[in-house]
Order: sequence, then C-alpha cells, then structure tokens
Amino acid sequence: MPNKQYDVVIVGAGVSGCAIARELARYDARVCVVERADDVCCGTSKANSAIIHAGFDAQPGSLMARLNVEGNRLMYEWASELEFAAFPVGSLVVCVSEETRSGLDELMARGLANGVPDLRIIERDELVGLEPHIADEAVAALWAPTGGIVDPFGLTVALAENAAANGVEFLFNASVSAINRNGDAWQVIAGDSTIETRAVINAAGVYADEIHNMVAASNDQLRIIPRKGEYYLLDTTAGQYVRHTVFMLPTAMGKGVLVSPTVHGNLIVGPTATDVDDKESTDTTFEGLAEVAQKSSLTVKNVPLREVITSFAGLRAHQDAHDFVIGEVSEALCFFDCAAIESPGLTSAPAIGVMMAGLVRDRLGLPEKLEGEFVPTRKGYVNLMAITFDEWAELCKKNPAYGNIVCRCCRVSEAQIVEVMHRVPAATSLDAIKRRTGVTMGRCQGGFCSPKIMALMERELGVDPYDITKCGPGSHVLVRESNREGR
Amino acid sequence: METRDIVIIGGGPAGLAAAIAAYDAGCSDVVVLERDTLLGGILNQCIHNGFGLHTFKEELTGPEYAARYVACAEELGVECRLGSMVVDVSSDRCVTVVNPERGLYSIQAKAVVLAMGCRERPRGALNIPGFRPAGIFSAGTAQRLVNIEGQMPGRKVVILGSGDIGLIMARRMTLEGAQVACVAEIMPYSGGLKRNIVQCLDDFGIPLLLSHTVSRIEGKKRVEAVWVSEVDDQLRPIPGTEVRYPCDTLLLSVGLLPENELSREAGVELSPITRGPVVDDSLQTNVEGIFACGNVLHVHDLVDYVSQEAAVAGESAARFVLDQVQESDSTQICLCAEGGVRYTVPTRVCPSRMPDKLTIRFRVANVYRDTFVSMYVGEDRVLHRRKRVMAPGEMEEVVLKKSDVLARPDTSSITITLEGE
Repeated sequence: MPNKQYDVVIVGAGVSGCAIARELARYDARVCVVERADDVCCGTSKANSAIIHAGFDAQPGSLMARLNVEGNRLMYEWASELEFAAFPVGSLVVCVSEETRSGLDELMARGLANGVPDLRIIERDELVGLEPHIADEAVAALWAPTGGIVDPFGLTVALAENAAANGVEFLFNASVSAINRNGDAWQVIAGDSTIETRAVINAAGVYADEIHNMVAASNDQLRIIPRKGEYYLLDTTAGQYVRHTVFMLPTAMGKGVLVSPTVHGNLIVGPTATDVDDKESTDTTFEGLAEVAQKSSLTVKNVPLREVITSFAGLRAHQDAHDFVIGEVSEALCFFDCAAIESPGLTSAPAIGVMMAGLVRDRLGLPEKLEGEFVPTRKGYVNLMAITFDEWAELCKKNPAYGNIVCRCCRVSEAQIVEVMHRVPAATSLDAIKRRTGVTMGRCQGGFCSPKIMALMERELGVDPYDITKCGPGSHVLVRESNREGR
Repeated sequence: METRDIVIIGGGPAGLAAAIAAYDAGCSDVVVLERDTLLGGILNQCIHNGFGLHTFKEELTGPEYAARYVACAEELGVECRLGSMVVDVSSDRCVTVVNPERGLYSIQAKAVVLAMGCRERPRGALNIPGFRPAGIFSAGTAQRLVNIEGQMPGRKVVILGSGDIGLIMARRMTLEGAQVACVAEIMPYSGGLKRNIVQCLDDFGIPLLLSHTVSRIEGKKRVEAVWVSEVDDQLRPIPGTEVRYPCDTLLLSVGLLPENELSREAGVELSPITRGPVVDDSLQTNVEGIFACGNVLHVHDLVDYVSQEAAVAGESAARFVLDQVQESDSTQICLCAEGGVRYTVPTRVCPSRMPDKLTIRFRVANVYRDTFVSMYVGEDRVLHRRKRVMAPGEMEEVVLKKSDVLARPDTSSITITLEGE
C-alpha cells in the first residue's frame, strides 16, 4: 500500500525542481519534492559559476536560448519578490586577438536574435576603464549589461521556502529507486516511502537519465554525461579584482575560464570542462586546478591566487544534443522530463519553472488557487554585511542574538543561524546552515565557528553532537568510540 | 558617543598585557573588548604545559598563564567587556562594537591597540585535490573540540603540517585514545619548536615525515583515507611515492595568519611577509594612535614574547595619550631584513624616542647552522653573534642599543642579516 498520495512528485530539489515546485504551488494540487540528499541545492545547483547569463551564447531558436533570456528577466523580478541576492553587474566577453574579433560580431548577432537587450561591442580603452586588470592582449569585448551574478543557494532555498509556504511538501534523504506504472497513476519508491502520484517530474540533474530510463521505451533512452568543472574561490579581499563577469571569447587555443565577483563578495575563477564517468566525482584534481590558474591569466592579469580560500568541483548534466530536454516523455503518460539542464540552467530556472508548471497544469487540468491563497512573496534572510550599522543596532534591540557574532569572517550572528534551523524546509546539517547564512564560507573556512554552530544545533535541534552531520547521513562531524554507543 | 583613552581589541595574552602596561604607565581609562565569553584568548584551549618559562620561570598550562594576567587586570580594575565583537575601526580611532546586551555601539578612542590574534590557514589555501568530506579540521579547531567541548573529532588521524598546534594535537589525540598515523611536513624542516617534536612526536613514536605532503583525500561523506607523497625540490608530489593511510580524520597545521581585517579597514599598512601591520619601535602602525601587538602583528612561537611585546604596545599607547607624542615630531630610520632574515618587527626606528635597548624580533627563511647574526647601523657592524642553529619555526631576537644609533647621526638605515663568518 502506498503510504503517501500526491498529484505531482518532483524528483530532485535542485534549482529546477524547486522552481517547478514554486510555480506549481500556484495551482490546486498536492505536490511533493523528493530529494536523495538531506537538503535542497546539493548537486549541480550548488557548484557552478553562480552567473546570470545574458543569453547570447545559445543557438537562436533553441529551448536554451528562449529560456535563458526569459529566465534572465524573471531572475531579477523574482529576486525582489523572493528576497535573494541577484545583481545585474553586467558581463564582458573579452576578445584577446584581432584575428578572432569577428567572433564578437557573431555573438552579438546571436544575442540580438535571441532578444538580449542592450548588447554593445566596446573597444580596449572603454574595456580598461571598466576593468583595470584586464589582460594586455585584450582588444575589445561584448558588453552585456543584463548579465549578472546570483546566490545559487539563496535562490534555491527561496524557491523551496516559498513552495513550502504554499503547501508543497519536501521529502529528504529519499533516493528514488523505482518508478512503476500503477493503473492511472505512478508509484515512486523514494527511500523508505512508497508514493502514489498522478504525475512525475524528473528534475534529477546528472541522474535524470537514470530516472528517465526507469519509465521510457527502449528506443527513447537518455544519456547524461557528467561534465566536471573545477573552480577556485578567493577571499573577499580579492572580491573586487574584477567588477563584472569576465568571459573569454574562445580562440584556436581553446576556451578560457571566467573571472567574476560573487554575491558573497568573493572572486570566482573557473570552470574547467572534463567529461567524467562517475556521477559522484565532485572531487578536484591537481590538473584541473592548475588549468584554472593558468587560464585565469588569459583575460585578467595577475589574479591574486594567493587569496584562494577554497576550491570545488561541480558536475554539469551534459547531453550530446546540447539543449534542455523539457516535456512529457512519449509513451509515459504524465511523466515529464526536466533534463540536461546544463549552463545556462541556473539562469533559466525561473523560466523552466513557469514552463514546466504550465505543461503539468494543462495535462492534469489543475485549477488555479483562489485569489489570495497563493502567496508569491517570501521574507529573505538578514545579511549583516548588506545593512547599515544603524539598521543592525535596531535588529539588536529587537533580538539580542543579532549581537552575538558566531561567524566572524562572514559576519553571521546567532539569530540568523537559529532562524534557518526553524524555517521550512529546515537546515539541519552544517552545510545546510552554511548555504543559507554564509557561515564557514569565509577565510577561516569554519575553523573558529563550526564548534559554536554545533553547540547551537545541539541546543535548537535537540541533537546529540555526535549525530551532527556536515551534509547528511554518513558525514558525521565527530567520531564516537567504536566500541561504545553514544557518550 | 562614549570616549575612552585606550581601547584594546582582544582580551587574549596580548590585549591583557597591553592593558596592564598601559595602567602601569599611568593611563587608567582603558577598556578591553573581547569577542569570546571569557578572557585569555586561545590560551584557554591550550591545556598543555610549557607556558611562562621566561616570564614566570615556571611551567604553566595555557589557562594558568592566562589566569595570572586576568588576575592582574582584575586587581588593577581594568574594564573588560566580554562577548563584544569589534566590527569596525576607523582611521580616526572610532571603534564600533556589537554585543548581545549592549547592542551595536561606538567608542571614540584616543589610542587603539590591535590585539586580535591570528587564525589558521585553511585547507583551501593548500589546494589539496579531492573531495570535501567531513573529518578535515584545522588543528586548532580539533583542539577546541577536544579540550573545550569534550568532543572527539576522530579516532584515526593523519596530520599535515608540523606547526606547533599540529604537534601538540598529535600528542593530545593520542592521549585521548586516537591513533595518529603520522605527521607529514612538506618542507625539509619542521615549522614547530624542537621541544614539541621531542615531547609530542618522539615520545609517542609518531613518525614525522619531512618533505612529504597529502596528495589525495579519499571519502565523499567522511574522510576514509589520505594519501601521503614525498615531494620534490619544487614541493610537488613525486608520483610513485604515495602511501595510503586509512583514517577518519585529517588535521591541518599549515600556518597561522594574523587577523587583520579590522586593521585594513582602519587604513593600517600591512607587511606582505608577516601579513601584520608595519610598525615602528613603539609598535605604532602608520595610522597615528593605532598600535599593534601579539599574533596580529606577527605570529609568535612563545606566549612569553607576546606578553613582552604587548607591554611595549600598551606603554606606548599610554604615552601617546598622556604626552601626545606625535610621530611627525621625529625622523625615522628603516630597519632592513637581508640575507636569510625574512622580516623584522619593528621595521622603523625613531632614534630620539627609542628606548636605550630595543628588542628587534625576526624569523629566518631556512635552517641555518653555525651562522652569525649581524646588525649594521649604516655601514658599521654593531652586532655579530654566532648562533649554533636557527630555524624558521623559532623566533629570533637582537637588541639594538640607542647609543649605537645616536653615535651615527647620519645613518639612514639599519640592517639585520645572516653571515657565514
């Protein structure tokens, strides 16, 4: 017997899954998001360039092109509606040799065809004015003022919280092992749960092929290739080394890496692009990091790599056709793919959410909620770095815990950490708290604050410290004596 | 706005010694701002002994050493505000601080003493490739978990880096029942004190692998093993030399960095070598009325030297407040580090104001045996002393006599260097 029944089950709580959940929450439907990790935003969504692409890259006419440009526009709207950080800092595609200058014109033409506003080619003098550290070889650049940067965790969490506030349920630590047809419905086995649902949406990131192939016909199999991208993240002391997202126009020598500020005030440099077999291989490599360091200098001079505070790798869900796969799977009624969401997937997420919710609404005939039943806004988190001292002083008067700084590098107070443990979905691991508040993301990388955060988790969540994890089951922070249970 | 003569940022060994010295010099309008809920700073988690041999001629534990200064400060009536995090220091010495009870407020100080200490270099700065699982801690974090929280970060341990905290934690984890497989050090020499290598590794049979580093970390959720490789002259792992150590924990003791974010906000000039403020003989930074001492100035090996140095900063701050000593009143001479001397503290000397005997501290760049430390005032060698052994892990000092400087009024620089003979 199924122990849960829904109208729609979304597999995967990444940015796509959460955007779809948020948009489906507009309709009268029981929706559940199932996620194998302990939190939202644990796969591709958490480890990428955190860029809002303007939309000049994708081939005109492709789904990618349409959803990129639409997603770009929606992203800034949603940022104010859902209160997450997204800034239109603008992007530059830098041409480093006269021979390849025509590439800029091509990009510009593509951008115009895709409907990207305000594109302009700028010459070296203007470029140096915008970016004083630009490489000596730079001759011109494509300037896209609608390009920007976004907090991928903040975005995904905002979507999830708003979805949850509007009735969507989340089931974590629930890996989908089987999806079976059961009469008119689908039966999804997720972790210990058996769920019956009218429709399934496959937003499983690098695992979208496995989920797809559970139900698709043998001649309609999908293959997702994990494409690894490695990055360096630099301290905030280097965060203003460039002011815009700097891409390189590919040359015969290959593709460069991007150098960009982040919404957290750091500098990000990367990624590499290496196809791998293992969908779990989010490990960095000597070669990959060396490549990032070497390529950073192609567009920006003397990137201060001694300020590196961490490196990381993410896997893009690449597919040979290189376009998003969004739609109902043939011969699998009410099973929808949201697959091959590689770059510009993060930017496109809002548009993907709207599109997929529309497809499912039409297929299931979902009625819109009554006026006032759907709340489109969500209260964001306090960011002590982004408010004035007077505003901070006011917060302290309301809640003294804003005066207890736990994470000194990123200026995060006890009040903020406690809050995220009590929101829905709740942050219950160190990484989940990190993604929402920024704790441990700074220059000490958790050296000072992690014991203090653990003490707060013990107090607020009532957990034994030895059961606290970094990122869900298996990642316990402390180690019990092997021959003793507990302390 | 509240106004105070001296605001001291940090209530660890440096801040406390500075406060006491300021009192002794006649300035009692002093407030110490400490972010933690108790005084003593990092000493509170250093429960091993070996502190205070120079200052008290006794072997104390960290908390005991701190307690002596806390008691002295209490006796004098120094005001110490706990749970008080300074979030901004302006160049005109306005200090903004936040505290749960008092909220966010500012203090206008006549003088500020920076005594915020240092932090550990994290893993990210090392670029060890691999996953980012649970079980990777800086040695100091592990020390806090074990000694303050009473929690065990792991049971089978590999330590990378032979800084003093790493060596201390090798012993500490062993005493708590963990197995420490080895300490790997990328350099051909240890960055820690000789006595710690003997007492923490040799006495417990823990191997110290010099010229070795961690080349790979296994385990996606929790550390399962680390691979240790020998390195070549360029400090790159040599393929084929790797050895796999099954373990659940990797501790890092790979260097300390002065915490100068506030100093930077105040416009304080920092040395690219020490990463601490550039100071003169009174330990004043380039910003008038802002002084620095302890590990925020440069990383020390022994707390005794922190206390001595901080006393100079505290006294200087008091003199600045009471006498209104102006830096612009007097010319300064540059102190240059050469020939194997990595840096000196201070880097500027004011001949008219300097004490009769000025202690200059420095570190060397490599291991040197039977080498001379020389000091030149202008072209004249005023000091030439043989040292049997010098190593980067141990701080060195020389004394500059005021008379040697005043005897050479046209001198534009003083140089400290190492010489073969």
